[in-house]
Amino acid sequence: MKVLVAVKRVIDYNVKVRVKPDNTGVDLANVKMAMNPFCEIAVEEAVRLKEKGIASEIVVVSIGPKASQEQIRTALALGADRGIHVETDEEVQSLEAAKLLKGVVEKEEPKMVIMGKQSIDTDNNQTGQMLAALMGWGQGTFASEVAVDGEKVNVTREVDGGLMTVGLKLPAVVTTDLRLNEPRYASLPNIMKAKKKPLESVAPADLGVEVAPRLSTLKVEAPKQREAGVKVEDVAELVDKLKNEAKVI
Amino acid sequence: MTAYFNETHNQARETTRKFIQTHVLPHIDDWEEAGEFPREIYTLAGEAGLLGAGYPEALGGHSEGDVFMKVAISEELMRSTSGGLVAGLGSLDIALPPVIKWARPELRDAIVPSVLTGERIMALGITEPGGGSDVANIRTRATRDGDDFILNGSKTFITSGHRADYYTVAARTGGDGHGGISLFLVDRDTPGFTRGRHLKKMGWWASDTAELSFDDCRVPADRLIGQENGGFAVIMSNFLAERLMLAIMGYTTAQIALEMAMEYTGQRQAFGRPINGFQITRHKLVDMATKVDVAREYTYRCAALMQAGKAPVKQVAMAKNLCSDVCESVTREAIQLHGGMGYMREAAVERLYRDGRLLAIGGGTNEIMKELIAKQMGL
Ligand SMILES: Cc1cc2nc3c(=O)[nH]c(=O)nc-3n(C[C@H](O)[C@H](O)[C@H](O)COP(=O)(O)OP(=O)(O)OC[C@H]3O[C@@H](n4cnc5c(N)ncnc54)[C@H](O)[C@@H]3O)c2cc1C
Ligand SMILES: Cc1cc2nc3c(=O)[nH]c(=O)nc-3n(C[C@H](O)[C@H](O)[C@H](O)COP(=O)(O)OP(=O)(O)OC[C@H]3O[C@@H](n4cnc5c(N)ncnc54)[C@H](O)[C@@H]3O)c2cc1C
Repeated sequence: MKVLVAVKRVIDYNVKVRVKPDNTGVDLANVKMAMNPFCEIAVEEAVRLKEKGIASEIVVVSIGPKASQEQIRTALALGADRGIHVETDEEVQSLEAAKLLKGVVEKEEPKMVIMGKQSIDTDNNQTGQMLAALMGWGQGTFASEVAVDGEKVNVTREVDGGLMTVGLKLPAVVTTDLRLNEPRYASLPNIMKAKKKPLESVAPADLGVEVAPRLSTLKVEAPKQREAGVKVEDVAELVDKLKNEAKVI
Repeated sequence: MTAYFNETHNQARETTRKFIQTHVLPHIDDWEEAGEFPREIYTLAGEAGLLGAGYPEALGGHSEGDVFMKVAISEELMRSTSGGLVAGLGSLDIALPPVIKWARPELRDAIVPSVLTGERIMALGITEPGGGSDVANIRTRATRDGDDFILNGSKTFITSGHRADYYTVAARTGGDGHGGISLFLVDRDTPGFTRGRHLKKMGWWASDTAELSFDDCRVPADRLIGQENGGFAVIMSNFLAERLMLAIMGYTTAQIALEMAMEYTGQRQAFGRPINGFQITRHKLVDMATKVDVAREYTYRCAALMQAGKAPVKQVAMAKNLCSDVCESVTREAIQLHGGMGYMREAAVERLYRDGRLLAIGGGTNEIMKELIAKQMGL
């Protein structure tokens, strides 16, 4: 079966993010960018499905500026077969991303779409759900295990209080959680080979979607600096503080 | 980054960084104390393609002729904070090139792929107990006997010397001086070839450094690398890449020490403020950063000349001296800024200082570099 994986270019998770002085957003100038870690997990899962002989082709798609092709190339080096770049310099919000992905899905007709549960830049956690709704497909979100069984997929989900397993009819959307797998790194020879894999570029208009933000950001602020903690003498003092100062128990 | 690096180099960096984070950083302090890292690291590095960079595809390599690929990978390997690990993994880079360029094709094809996958380890044996700077006067002898050569003599300070499988060894086949030296490929198991004790060192603890001795060691003549008595030129041409590598290790070691000092002085408090709240500390960090930047950019220039097919012997010698000096002064200051903590083995900066000291000695001492530069200057 064909598997489609969505990957997003975000600020590298190691970078200490800085808020712009005018509070309109975070500073992206000269900042190292990388593939969203949850998307790496999505790619890894697709590659494992292919290694198990379940997936026959992996198509990787990214939406964003020209430079997003770097993340597509990385996915190709990790084992995806071909790439689709939906090129736009506009800000792409979750719903537009879901609509663009729907456009690609309708063209490619994959049996499964695997994507990150959220991207670490805006932490929205909704694109996968929106795509499933727009397609009228089932969804298995926050996956910690994905088991394909013929025309079905069982997805174990990390939910508050434990694990929940849902059985979905294919085609379906799966979003990945942190513990689904440990992504590999691309070997250098595979990086070289990936340069020869096909990468097609399309415009949002080709997919019949107009990219215009619906939400506007009012203000971005850095989190408050954490203040130093206090040391307590004994458990009694701790309980007292939790009760009377923090008022949490 | 600068225009020297392209997207592929950056991807290779990413892979190398992940390799180091996954397989090396969690264990490196233990390996340093143990004086060795597991052999498995060679095969893992081989699988990731880290050993094959710069070598022909037909022999299992990739990125042949791409000097900046080598630069990118080396910088990231150095992020292991262990010069010994980098030297141990890198011993093939000084031992293999003569084999690839000058050995008989059958010999080359039989051994190179297994070294690039990391299954076999390779070492270079030039330096002798009697001297390393004066390569033209080495004393290990190789005497012709029918279809063989018989080797007698010893080598010392050989990186990967204890556990290598193949050795590229220099020996005297002719008269005195540089015109009488040949190179041989010697198998680990050759009768008469033994390895001495592990040498204890000031730095590079994780690398295995050993003495080699040859006692009527019979090596078939078809193991000759290049022309008989033509070894000296091969050894000299081999030095260029080695010295570039040592320069890269120098500025990268300094860069890491600088980053650690920046981090530490931002957090550590004295007299009611962070250490970097004192102007003298900030200026010290600025001086360190200036040195590192200049050393790195000059080395990139050398790499660019090599990329263009030139052999910038003088410039690379200058880069090696510059970078080893910068490394020594920057790691010293980084320790100083760490106060007592900088003197503790648990602080990686302590290791960087010890490891960096080698860079002015190995691959030709700084004095020998100056002799080379002087000659090129027509002095
Ligand atoms: C950790 C480590 C790993 C090594 N790995 C290898 C390896 O894998 N393979 C290998 O073959 N070798 C290796 N070496 C050896 C290294 O290349 C030599 O140590 C180096 O070339 C210097 O030679 P030497 O030690 O004999 O010093 P010497 O040649 O005895 O030099 C002693 C001093 O005299 C100075 N001197 C010598 N000649 C002159 C001159 N003409 N003018 C002014 N000053 C001069 C030198 O600069 C130095 O300061 C390694 C060394 C170390 C420490
Ligand atoms: C092997 C060893 C043995 C020791 N033995 C003893 C012992 O027996 N008893 C004992 O009490 N201590 C001992 N010490 C501690 C030693 O005295 C301290 O390490 C030293 O005084 C520095 O203090 P620190 O490590 O806290 O560095 P810090 O005070 O944190 O200093 C960090 C850096 O900031 C700089 N700095 C601090 N203030 C200023 C300023 N105002 N302006 C500019 N720069 C500044 C320092 O010069 C240093 O470079 C020992 C240390 C070592 C390493």
